[in-house]
Amino acid sequence: MSRPILEVKDLKKHFPIHGGFFGGVTGHVYAVDGVSFDIARGETLSLVGESGCGKSTVGKAILRLFPITAGQVVLDGTRIDDMPAGRLRPLRRRIQVVFQDPFSSLNPRMRVRDILAEPIRNFGLAKGKDEMEERVAALMDKVRLPRDAVGRWPHEFSGGQRQRIGIARALAAEPDIIICDEAVSALDVSVKAQIVNLLQDLQKELGLAMLFISHDLAIVEHMTHRVAVMYLGKIVEVAPKRELFAAPKHPYTEALLSAVPVPEPGAQRQRIILKGDVPSPINPPKGCRFHTRCPYAFDRCRVEEPPLRPLEAGHLAACHLHDRPAAENPLAGARGGALLPA
Amino acid sequence: MALLEIENLQTHFRTPDGVNRAVDGVSFNVEAGETLAVVGESGCGKSVTAMSILRLIPEPPGRIAGAIRFQGRNLLELSDREMRDIRGNEISMIFQEPMTSLNPVLTVGRQIGETLRLHQGLNRQQAEARAVEMLQLVGIPEPQRRVREYPHQLSGGMRQRVMIAIALACNPKLLIADEPTTALDVTIQAQILDLMRDLKRRVGAAIVLITHDLGVVAEVAERVVVMYAGRKVEEAQVGPLFRTPRHPYTQGLLGSVPKLGSSLTGTETRLAEIPGLVPSLKQKIPGCVFASRCPHATDLCREVAPALEEKAPGHVAACHYAAREGAMAA
Repeated sequence: MSRPILEVKDLKKHFPIHGGFFGGVTGHVYAVDGVSFDIARGETLSLVGESGCGKSTVGKAILRLFPITAGQVVLDGTRIDDMPAGRLRPLRRRIQVVFQDPFSSLNPRMRVRDILAEPIRNFGLAKGKDEMEERVAALMDKVRLPRDAVGRWPHEFSGGQRQRIGIARALAAEPDIIICDEAVSALDVSVKAQIVNLLQDLQKELGLAMLFISHDLAIVEHMTHRVAVMYLGKIVEVAPKRELFAAPKHPYTEALLSAVPVPEPGAQRQRIILKGDVPSPINPPKGCRFHTRCPYAFDRCRVEEPPLRPLEAGHLAACHLHDRPAAENPLAGARGGALLPA
Repeated sequence: MALLEIENLQTHFRTPDGVNRAVDGVSFNVEAGETLAVVGESGCGKSVTAMSILRLIPEPPGRIAGAIRFQGRNLLELSDREMRDIRGNEISMIFQEPMTSLNPVLTVGRQIGETLRLHQGLNRQQAEARAVEMLQLVGIPEPQRRVREYPHQLSGGMRQRVMIAIALACNPKLLIADEPTTALDVTIQAQILDLMRDLKRRVGAAIVLITHDLGVVAEVAERVVVMYAGRKVEEAQVGPLFRTPRHPYTQGLLGSVPKLGSSLTGTETRLAEIPGLVPSLKQKIPGCVFASRCPHATDLCREVAPALEEKAPGHVAACHYAAREGAMAA
């Protein structure tokens, strides 16, 4: 097997909290606390979880939008997390990002042509004006916007069209991997479908790897090859899509799947309603971080943190239940999940 | 007589470059105790419809025409004083953003008590005691302590519970919920939807649920109104609407949402796209509002606006070509 395009090893990002009379550090937000995964060329890995679980922080840490606390980010065999800024610059071309909000992520004072030309110029991808024009036009074709719209301003476009511009800008640098941080979440249903289809087509056409950060499980299932589920700064489960949706091996994944409203009236599903709220990442619970809300928690969960470990080929989960005999493990075996009609 | 009858509601806004027809001739009824969902994408007029019911639209630039009859009285003809007696008392509202719709400098107890003191003449102590009961009803742990807390001390899910407590404090007959779970995480959304279902059984208020999320509609609504570009394009019971949508827009909308579990049942397909964009509401559209994006549109659609027709018992759609019960599509 060839080397993955991106490897993240034990990534940690703790944000200091300043307070007190002298503004000293009084604590930390453990936003990301030991996350490891890798993405193969041409693969989509989705990072799912609820707000505050650290999924966006992982994306930003990979992009090195801030320094990380510990761990490694390896791009195609080269460690990039500790690289000096000057040497990192040419490598930034290979990881690009599409943000959630198509309104705030485009500069309102730049025409579409300039928005798309900027990365091409920065990374010296075009020789001369003609080639630049050609490349910009080709990008417009790729995201299915009319070529003659390059002279227009961002405010002249709708939300979906702006997101297309955002995607074109990411593609302009000819990246190997694109990080989509809730890239379709702000869009209306019918427009969302257009952008999801576009992303899928582009990935197939260009062989891009994708880190798809989202809270929308139905879209994730539609888009992805593999899924990593995060809770309070940790990955609790990673698996290929079908395995995860058919037989989740972590109680949080199971609850998350069962909580999604399905557009099918009268569908009889087993629903698990979690009690309470997500605890604060400033002071995460001891032991398993999910034990305060877990319907199956037992004594061991409160004291010992379960490691993320393989249970089946490619299917990892961090849960003590799998040490128990199958009869006492509500997650044992393929249950077909809460998703299939009863 | 229905609890709420909306007849030919037109809410228009004057803007420097023309009149924006945000809601353009919408009619529907809400029966006592039922849950009606109003669905559509942003800009379809669903929220403006909700705001119009409570007359929360600033006039001018807005102008509301038509009739909104609540228990037989036309709300549009009431004085401001009479309207105040209805708001929060007989009809109440839950907004999307629990952070911006709660007052950050008042305790949640004061905010729940405010409606009670205003409408039911309770004194401070009585109002607070009732506020504690309401917090208990909406499932907030330690209500005696929470009642003295401020909104920033609560999580998003708890704030939305407080909003629901305020809305239900005076036992309203009608509750308008405008995207009540859109800002919440899925596990919290499941809690809130569960709470709304449970409370509806216990309190018996009718609910008008404004949402864009078809999953939420399928889970809580009994009847559905689909809006597009300021008009009602389809209305039906929730089952028939999802099973046999009649209007091409509803069909497109349903086709464009991926269904959870699709990778397991082998029903994974490319998502249906609705091409193009919602038309500008500032031009008068002579024909069908959906014609510019409809795969079946003909000249007839572009020239003549289709009337809402009963295509099956209790199932209306505004489309020249939608199949009638038993008939084949043209």
